[in-house]
Amino acid sequence: MLLLIPLFPFIGFLVNAAVGRRLSKSVSGLVAVAAMVASFGVALVSVVQLAGLPEESRAIVQNVFTWITSGPFRADFSLRVDPLSALMLLVVTGIGSLIHIYSTAYMHEEPDSEYARYFSYLNLFAAFMLVLVLGSNFLVMFVGWEGVGLCSYLLIGFYYAKKSASDAGKKAFIVNRIGDFGFVLGVLLLFVKFGTIDFQEIAHAASMLSPEATFGTISLATLLLFVGATGKSAQIPLYTWLPDAMEGPTPVSALIHAATMVTAGVYMIGRNAVLFSLAPDTLLIVATIGGATAFFAGTIGLVQNDIKRVLAYSTVSQLGYMFLAMGVGAYSAGIFHLYTHAFFKALLFLGSGAVIHALAGEQDIRNMGGLKDKLPITYWTFLIGSLAIAGVPGLAGFFSKDEILFRTFSSGHTVLWVVGIVTSLMTATYMFRLVFLTFWGERRHAAAPAQSAGHGQADHGHGAHGHDAHGHGDHLHDAPRPMAFALIALTVGSVLAGYIGLPHALGGSNRLEKWLEPSFHAPHVVQAEAGLRTMEPTETTPAASGSDDHAEEASTGTELGLMGVSSAIALAGIGLAWFFFVADPRRSESVAQSFSGLRTLLLNKYYVDEAYDAAIVQPIKVTSERGLWKVMDAGVIDGLVNGTAETVGGLGELLRRLQTGSVRAYAASLLFGAVLVFGYYLWR
Amino acid sequence: MPSLNDYLILSAVLFTIGTAGVFVRRNLITILLSIEIMLNAVNLSFVAFGRAFGTIEGQIIVFFVMTVAAAEAAVGLAIVIALFRHRESLNPDAFTALKW
Repeated sequence: MLLLIPLFPFIGFLVNAAVGRRLSKSVSGLVAVAAMVASFGVALVSVVQLAGLPEESRAIVQNVFTWITSGPFRADFSLRVDPLSALMLLVVTGIGSLIHIYSTAYMHEEPDSEYARYFSYLNLFAAFMLVLVLGSNFLVMFVGWEGVGLCSYLLIGFYYAKKSASDAGKKAFIVNRIGDFGFVLGVLLLFVKFGTIDFQEIAHAASMLSPEATFGTISLATLLLFVGATGKSAQIPLYTWLPDAMEGPTPVSALIHAATMVTAGVYMIGRNAVLFSLAPDTLLIVATIGGATAFFAGTIGLVQNDIKRVLAYSTVSQLGYMFLAMGVGAYSAGIFHLYTHAFFKALLFLGSGAVIHALAGEQDIRNMGGLKDKLPITYWTFLIGSLAIAGVPGLAGFFSKDEILFRTFSSGHTVLWVVGIVTSLMTATYMFRLVFLTFWGERRHAAAPAQSAGHGQADHGHGAHGHDAHGHGDHLHDAPRPMAFALIALTVGSVLAGYIGLPHALGGSNRLEKWLEPSFHAPHVVQAEAGLRTMEPTETTPAASGSDDHAEEASTGTELGLMGVSSAIALAGIGLAWFFFVADPRRSESVAQSFSGLRTLLLNKYYVDEAYDAAIVQPIKVTSERGLWKVMDAGVIDGLVNGTAETVGGLGELLRRLQTGSVRAYAASLLFGAVLVFGYYLWR
Repeated sequence: MPSLNDYLILSAVLFTIGTAGVFVRRNLITILLSIEIMLNAVNLSFVAFGRAFGTIEGQIIVFFVMTVAAAEAAVGLAIVIALFRHRESLNPDAFTALKW
């Protein structure tokens, strides 16, 4: 039955890929949406089944077939649902379904064949993501891992006729490949060490070991896995593909960059929590990279002018939070944030999509403004999403982000906590800068013509007044029904999703953490034992140990205090945005002018792309052209091939002189040969 | 009574004459005749050896060689006639078209 979950979208992909161009839009859209919804239904049933099982044996495994057996090595194509993958399943299929529904309206201007192509990719993407989530060993996970990489390439480069889009697709694919290389090495190292690639068996074997005091095999293996995670989940140093990935259609950004693909790295670390717990060095690196990414991406997000790019950097930044949580051993907090983030980030992306859709492809927030009254549904949903991501109390983002910050603080990483708090301030600021500039104030581009040509998304629903190319400010239309449905559903999620993990300090019981707990421990280990091998790095304070009720009580005060701090920070960030962009917009300009150097640096994203280009891309290009092409290929390889041909040809040229056509010459050589042979035998 | 050596010397002389004929003469028919002389020189040495060692094989081989020689002469002359019809010449140097 588990097989059905990825199979439904895959069938949807096959249908749309095979006969999609002959189907009408409504049919191919329906096929895709139905596939996703069916998958969601099956996932829901599986999760309900799972919840019915007793806690210590809470896992459903389906062994589809034995994939490879070779000596002691054995890899099954088997799927496994446990609490962790159950949560991911619901996120992927649930939010995936909403995004599919949204897409049916968003992509409506595409021709039939393009429309079907889009939905076939979208379904394939979901299928691979589900394989990734369900895989019960590294090999199956890797199938999904690579598959989502492929689909992200296809979807980001969906408008392949546009150079920037096809470049962005290639960039995403190549950068991901770099990470995947690390991932493969990590898996191989684990296989060498444990002799298996099954998650459960590895976790079981690893639970016999004690944490590595120094940098050893497991540290190396987990670090390599983390390299893979930085690629998929867009962390320093491999994050550069994600902002460029905004070239794809907006629902794709929501799907890939909020709900599914980028969470793969976080999920993978959660999946191997037992291993990572054994490698404190790696955990420290993970936490540091996560914190650094959160901070740097946040600063870039402050000054970007493209609505989707701001959201992209915000995604990178929020993913940094998740890695920070993973790194301090608060796996359930990281997964919690993953889950809430999926809601509000998908909401924000889809909301920005609705804005872009309404403005016929305009993405620059400097040309927006005053959309509050024109697009009420979009405005209110977007606002709630922004409040949620900013961490305003009561909304989803608050609980998860606060959990992460609390765990970071209580595990003794004070510096990282400060970084997290500052990032939280920036998050609130840039999100509300977006809200204020987009929806508030006056419309700033009354005469600016639509710049949508490249996006191929003419004004949908403007059929009646489609001739009216100018001044479409008067004809703005709010999200069409399917889009509005998805937005509202996600808004509800963004508000309510957090309550599943209500912390003890607020009178909740943090059900999510309890639910996820078994996934982060080795199988067949008594709980007490598991408690000893703490999930935290070695230097943690006792307060950090999540399952320890005693410490929990003691830290309630701290937690409440920290909650107050982060709420204040969130409100301060919003206030800051208001101060600069609403109260007196000239303030932001004067600040920008007095820090123009910093601003340029941020606008150019710290010149990281340029640095990579100069340090890696250009040298590779030059070596490829000058060295590999002109010397190696044209010189050595072509030289060898042509040289062989020329040698044989020259030899033939010489030897053909022997064929004189004169009978006597042949007779003479015959005689000469005979004399030679006889002479040899006579005088030897 | 000539000794074996005498026969062999005669055979060698005949073979040399035949070889020289093949290379020196410019007439295809003469060349064929020279080849016959070479074959018969070899025949002579075969029978001489056969007699000297008192065995029969030498003579048997000679019969084989004569048979082959007869066939060769028939084929060779037929080719020569065909060539002559083609080019009105018996000079082998006239037939050098089969070359690079």
